[in-house]
Amino acid sequence: MFAAENGLKGDPRLEAISAAIRVVPNFPKKGIMFQDITTLLLDRKAFKHTIDIFVDRYKDMQISVVAGVEARGFLFGPSIALAIGAKFVPLRKPGKLPGKVISESYELEYGHDRLEMHVGAVEPRERVIIIDDLVATGGTLSAAMSLLESQGAEVVECACVIGLPEVKGQHKLKGKPLYVLVEPSGLDEFC
Amino acid sequence: MITIRAIINTANPFSLLLGHTQTQTQAHARVSECEMFAVENGLQGDPRLKAISDAIRVIPHFPKTGIMFQDITTLLLDPVAFKHVVDIFVDRYKHMNISLVAGVEARGFIFGPPIALAIGAKFIPLRKPGKLPGKVISEEYELEYGRDRLEMSVEAVKADERALVIDDLVATGGTLSASISLLERAGAEVVECACVVGLPKFKGQCKLKGKPLYVLVEPSQFDDLTL
Repeated sequence: MFAAENGLKGDPRLEAISAAIRVVPNFPKKGIMFQDITTLLLDRKAFKHTIDIFVDRYKDMQISVVAGVEARGFLFGPSIALAIGAKFVPLRKPGKLPGKVISESYELEYGHDRLEMHVGAVEPRERVIIIDDLVATGGTLSAAMSLLESQGAEVVECACVIGLPEVKGQHKLKGKPLYVLVEPSGLDEFC
Repeated sequence: MITIRAIINTANPFSLLLGHTQTQTQAHARVSECEMFAVENGLQGDPRLKAISDAIRVIPHFPKTGIMFQDITTLLLDPVAFKHVVDIFVDRYKHMNISLVAGVEARGFIFGPPIALAIGAKFIPLRKPGKLPGKVISEEYELEYGRDRLEMSVEAVKADERALVIDDLVATGGTLSASISLLERAGAEVVECACVVGLPKFKGQCKLKGKPLYVLVEPSQFDDLTL
């Protein structure tokens, strides 16, 4: 499900995107090599490449909803939605969305968290893509899928900028395709 | 009354103060306060503003009793109205040499990046404590009860950059003030703060910490029929 194996082999934009992502070791805790996409947002060209690649992929797939996972999914989702003429639906931490919501819990390394979505944001049979910056265990994306499917929407694909090795070779998440632009960046000693 | 203000170059809100020729004393007083709502700042009668306002849903008593919450998620479900918001901000800022758009977590993350992409600027997220990795600076601001903090990556900003701060709504101005402080501490020049919705207390007060404040619409009213 990596873009390089899915029609974009050798595309220099992927290298630019990867090079723009900063690795911060031991954040938020020891042992985690944090993939920091804020440096990608500082690189206007690389950020535009990211959006362009997703837009090119989804613009002819009759997608009517882009659902973005709080908070870093909000950084990518709306631009894609605007370009393909789709609605943007934020999937949020508990208590943030006003009005009637549905929620789905998912596992963290220690404990649980929950994701919420507005009732009525999506209609049955709408075609949806879900976007987040990174997929690690797939727990958040799975919860997102459950929320959308519970409202009768069809999740066409999950899309992330970065995919951790745990999901390599695993094209599907809960039976749905997973599309990822790049693997995690390595730590550059000179950073 | 149609005023000359409506057709003066709207790229700079202060241009309104320079070319004005109204004669009514009441109008003179209003101009000196420098209205910051889009409808008084070159977009009078622009149908896009009504579409934007109509798309915003009001939820009474959220997050607590007495607050009429301005819910912009319904605006995001209206691709035409959402595009209007971005287009209006892009038209305003594309020739102002803005190199940096700073968006306040989390709803500022929804509006900021599309604007940044369209005007060729960097996007910087201003986040709740502990979310940004690497070296950060933080600024406290007051909530109704208690305080909160906003953080920014210091490495993201160069001295003398021209910055725009964006959020969905301005209420007390506390969050935007903290944002301005963060950017100025890093050496940037905040050109303007921009919000989709502005609460009435800002009407007639077009500056926040000395910086212009540009708002598209006033709060929508609660309609018994919408829920």
